[in-house]
Amino acid sequence: MSKPMNHEESVYDRTMFGFWVYLMTDLLMFAVLFAVYAVLNNSTAGGPTGRELFSPTAALTGTLLLLTSSFTCGLAMIAVRKGNKNQVLFWLTTTYIFGLAFLSLELIEFTKLIHEGHAPSSNAFMSSFFILVGTHGLHILIGLLWMVIIMAYVVSRGLTSNMMRKLALLSMYWHFLDIVWVFIFTIVYLRAFV
Amino acid sequence: MRELLVGNLTWESLPHEWSTIGGTLTFILLGIFAVIVITRMKRWKWLWNDWLTSVDPKKIGIMYFIVATFMLLRGGLDVIMIWLQQSLSAGTSHGFLSADHFQQIFTAHGNIMVFFVAMGFIFGLINFIVPLQIGARDLASPFLNTLGFWLYVAGVIMVNTFFLFGGKYAATGWLGIAPLSGTQFSPGVGVDYMIWALQISGIGTTLGAINFIVTILKMRAPGMKLRMMPLFTWGSLCSMVMAVTVFPLLTATLFLLFFDRYIGTHFFTTTLGGNAMMYTNLIWMWGHPEVYILMLPAFGIFSEVVSTYSRKSIASYWSAVFGMIGVSFFALSVWLHHFFTMGAGGDVNAFFGLMTMVIAIPTSVLVFNWIATMYRGRIKFSTPMLWFLGFVGTFAIGGMTGVMLAQPPADFQLHNSLFLVAHFHTMVIGGVIWGIFAGISYWFPKMTGFRLNERIGRYAFWCWLVGFWMAFGPLYVLGLMGATRRLDHYDNLNWQPFFVVALFGGILIAIAVGLQLVQIAASFIQKRQLADNTGDPWDGRSLEWSTPSPAPFYNFVNIPKVTSRDAFLQMKNQGIPKPVYKDITMPKTISLGIYIAGLAFLLGFGFIWEITWLIVVSAIGIVVCIVLRTFDEETEYIISAAELEKMEKARTQKLLARLRHDDTYKDEDMGLREFYKSVLTWSQDFVKNKRWKTF
Amino acid sequence: MMKRKKMPSSGKSVRIIFLGLLSLAVLIVGLLHGKDLVLFNPKGQIAQNQAHLMLFSITVLVAVAIPTLSLMYFFAWKYRESNSKAKHDPNRTLGKLSVVGLWVIPIMVLILLASVVLPATYRLDPHKAIVSDTKPLTIQVIALRWKWLFIYPDQNIATVNYLQIPINTPVQFELTADEAPMNSFWIPHLGGQLYAMTGHSNLLNLIADTPGIYAGQAAEINGPGFSGMKFVARASSDKDFNTWVKTVKWSSNTLDLAEYNKLVLPSQNNPVTLYSAVKPSIYDTVLLKYEGAHNHQTEQK
Repeated sequence: MSKPMNHEESVYDRTMFGFWVYLMTDLLMFAVLFAVYAVLNNSTAGGPTGRELFSPTAALTGTLLLLTSSFTCGLAMIAVRKGNKNQVLFWLTTTYIFGLAFLSLELIEFTKLIHEGHAPSSNAFMSSFFILVGTHGLHILIGLLWMVIIMAYVVSRGLTSNMMRKLALLSMYWHFLDIVWVFIFTIVYLRAFV
Repeated sequence: MRELLVGNLTWESLPHEWSTIGGTLTFILLGIFAVIVITRMKRWKWLWNDWLTSVDPKKIGIMYFIVATFMLLRGGLDVIMIWLQQSLSAGTSHGFLSADHFQQIFTAHGNIMVFFVAMGFIFGLINFIVPLQIGARDLASPFLNTLGFWLYVAGVIMVNTFFLFGGKYAATGWLGIAPLSGTQFSPGVGVDYMIWALQISGIGTTLGAINFIVTILKMRAPGMKLRMMPLFTWGSLCSMVMAVTVFPLLTATLFLLFFDRYIGTHFFTTTLGGNAMMYTNLIWMWGHPEVYILMLPAFGIFSEVVSTYSRKSIASYWSAVFGMIGVSFFALSVWLHHFFTMGAGGDVNAFFGLMTMVIAIPTSVLVFNWIATMYRGRIKFSTPMLWFLGFVGTFAIGGMTGVMLAQPPADFQLHNSLFLVAHFHTMVIGGVIWGIFAGISYWFPKMTGFRLNERIGRYAFWCWLVGFWMAFGPLYVLGLMGATRRLDHYDNLNWQPFFVVALFGGILIAIAVGLQLVQIAASFIQKRQLADNTGDPWDGRSLEWSTPSPAPFYNFVNIPKVTSRDAFLQMKNQGIPKPVYKDITMPKTISLGIYIAGLAFLLGFGFIWEITWLIVVSAIGIVVCIVLRTFDEETEYIISAAELEKMEKARTQKLLARLRHDDTYKDEDMGLREFYKSVLTWSQDFVKNKRWKTF
Repeated sequence: MMKRKKMPSSGKSVRIIFLGLLSLAVLIVGLLHGKDLVLFNPKGQIAQNQAHLMLFSITVLVAVAIPTLSLMYFFAWKYRESNSKAKHDPNRTLGKLSVVGLWVIPIMVLILLASVVLPATYRLDPHKAIVSDTKPLTIQVIALRWKWLFIYPDQNIATVNYLQIPINTPVQFELTADEAPMNSFWIPHLGGQLYAMTGHSNLLNLIADTPGIYAGQAAEINGPGFSGMKFVARASSDKDFNTWVKTVKWSSNTLDLAEYNKLVLPSQNNPVTLYSAVKPSIYDTVLLKYEGAHNHQTEQK
């Protein structure tokens, strides 16, 4: 604690720190889901394994889409620091589109599996797969909703310091989800094929 | 059509047994009474603006206390039924409760006492005291604070809603161990109520914990380094770091159980690959740290109480701090000791047994530290100090039984016996609850402006101490006689006398709690005699004592500059600076916390009864409320320097007036006889003058 | 602070509490007279070792607790504010050496305890076979709702809620459950309990050294029939055991699959039933009903 901060700086500092702590709690929740997946991923009750059910192309495409969206989100944050409202909106929209594409792909995969009779209730492996990947998908959905709302507010209020702080939180959240996805991709999809 | 509207609710869901009718009627009558009183006193606006939507941590703290006390009585009723049943149900007699009903009662008892009584009091104390101790005006996020409180209240309501809708609570034990808690063995809504009550309040706890951590780490008074923080703040910090680490585990686990029950997944089922042992592991990974989350603030309270009433600085500040940190750290590595008997084998059992015994090291250090603090102190036996003395002996014995249980071969004989039940009640009552009592009596003058009646407080303490050992001493013996826990009936008549002694112990505890309520009432009656006119009734060392009693809503006129530990003692030695009046920014009241919590309750209720439209509407409502709040830019208001000066001068005038007029000063705390006479006089006057008309 | 008349002495409070607690202790000890303190009245080697371990730790812990608590209550008395003779050092804190002592003492006690407890944990691992010249007896236990089924595979008999074993013979209990929540199999006189879970076979080794009738109890809550899920364990001489086996073989009941499926249905307070013949490998059949079923170290160590 060298130089004392002014009111706005301390609010920013506290908000960032608090949101970090929240992200850690979310990470711990995912940790449970990962641990559960690790324990149950072979409990197929005679049903098909991940190797037989997952489409490596779909998983890879989804990963690329999400990683790109993370990149464009980074570009949006650069625009925020430059104070360029239009660029911010452009890159956020791009992020949204890639994120939406990722989620749609995931929903299609889920629907396909369920129609083929591989539902969360089929066996423990399916349960842990759907809930782990599905929880991540739910977080993405919330992120997309957040993006739309914050863009609407940026349009109406402009790029104020409050808005910039909130955009920083969204960006943290989005990158966090990207990192979690990398783990999911590795532990769920890659491992099934190795 | 009915299903679309009300999901699985039917007419049979409404109360039709003596217990559910009784429970529902009690709540409804209490509610109606409250509504009548508030309406007649025309206090709705005041209640809403000054209390319910308040974000002042002091007010939120008091609200936590009120709800927790209410739940203490509710959970206490459960216990009386348990004591009665177990005293009667021996041999050919089967008591008055069916096995299923008895099991629901102790399940509800466990959930209520841990989640809504202990957590409620602890959160209340941290809310009230920590900002004052660190020299802050408020918590980092006033919104999360009020939201956390109302989510807690939503959980309280949820855990009691089964009386009106459904009629049955979970009968699985307080942690809902699988597969007993799955749909195969617990069909019906009981377990669902438990899941949602714990889930909603658990999320409130997580948000609250984040809030406290940010506050303590980022909002201390300028100059207050971590090594200068009071020990209650340290205990709270350790506790909240643990909370933030393990409550997400509970959230995830409860969701998994919920999915098993709601969409037929196979996480913990007996078939299709489910792994029930995993539930036990996950739930205890949360469950064990939870009890330390409750205990750490209590350790902090006792450190401050011993120091203040021995009029001596704590013998070794660093031992206290690292003792608490050590306990927190190791608490995360012991969870398997709750199920040594699951058969994990020598290696695993030995590791967890060792880790569990290792926790005794920092705990003993804390105890030795307190003893060393008393050495060459000048000890005043106010009630908080009495609670401390009762605590140390009790907690030490409980801790020793804990070390016994930590040894796997011994645990094989003691697991799930009444010895275990006696052990954990010793720790939670002797440690957490008495710590809370010590804290509340210690800080009561700061909260209300007058101290608690010492005389009746003493009576309550005697009754608690003797009553507790009378209720739980026999249980240790019963455990050693091979008596299993949670039995609604037993054949061995040799056990019965011990249960009867325990019942009388329980009656003594009930008397003790009654006396504590009387104590509070008597203190209100005598509040002028008991007034704390200086703000520092115990010659304290930490910053909360530098404020007037009760503390003003902005806590400090000027945030103090801190240069050492025992900041207020330092100020007293160097001279207390004169106030400089400047503008201060305070948060406005927030109603969205209540709305979100209400919607969360409806969301849970919708899931329990599978009412799809309610689920969708509540979820959308929650999102809308969150958006409204987060994008609200007008959340603060300013108190000008002039207003501040006016308020402070008005307070000083009132205090001086009070001091001048105190010629009716009586210097003895009233006893029970005087209290009875007071109440009698007031009631006679109430009836004679028909005062209900002038309400 | 305003002067107040002194509160009535707390010495009286302390005396009353002390008397109260003392009478309570006397009451409890009195009630114990003539009663069986089961955990310290072991009827077999395992229970005896467990009892010794408990006595050892009680001794060590009490040896630490008594001086500590006495010192504390002594300080509370000596440094009370009414004692003007006692020194008051308001700002005294512990020196470095004392702080080290504060930590070292508990660490040493822990090392003492651990040095005994850790080896004991390995020695008394329930999976560990009991060393003996006598050939062990196997009993397969299936926890059902809400009764215990005991299968003697070598003798080809089975019982419900009653088991008999010869003394001085190691008994290997293989525990599982069927269509039931987690259960715990416990005969306090003979030794500690172990969980019986669906899809798992858990091995518990016990031995009796005294003939007698011992209570057995389910020790993990499992539904409304929980408190009725008791059984009787009788230890008898070898000769009596063999006689008993012969008696069971006269029973008209046999445990075929149909009879077993009837037993699986929920029922409470089942009477003792004896079966003169058992469907072969019925225990393994039950175990393998569950996906991923496995044994918890059934091999002898």
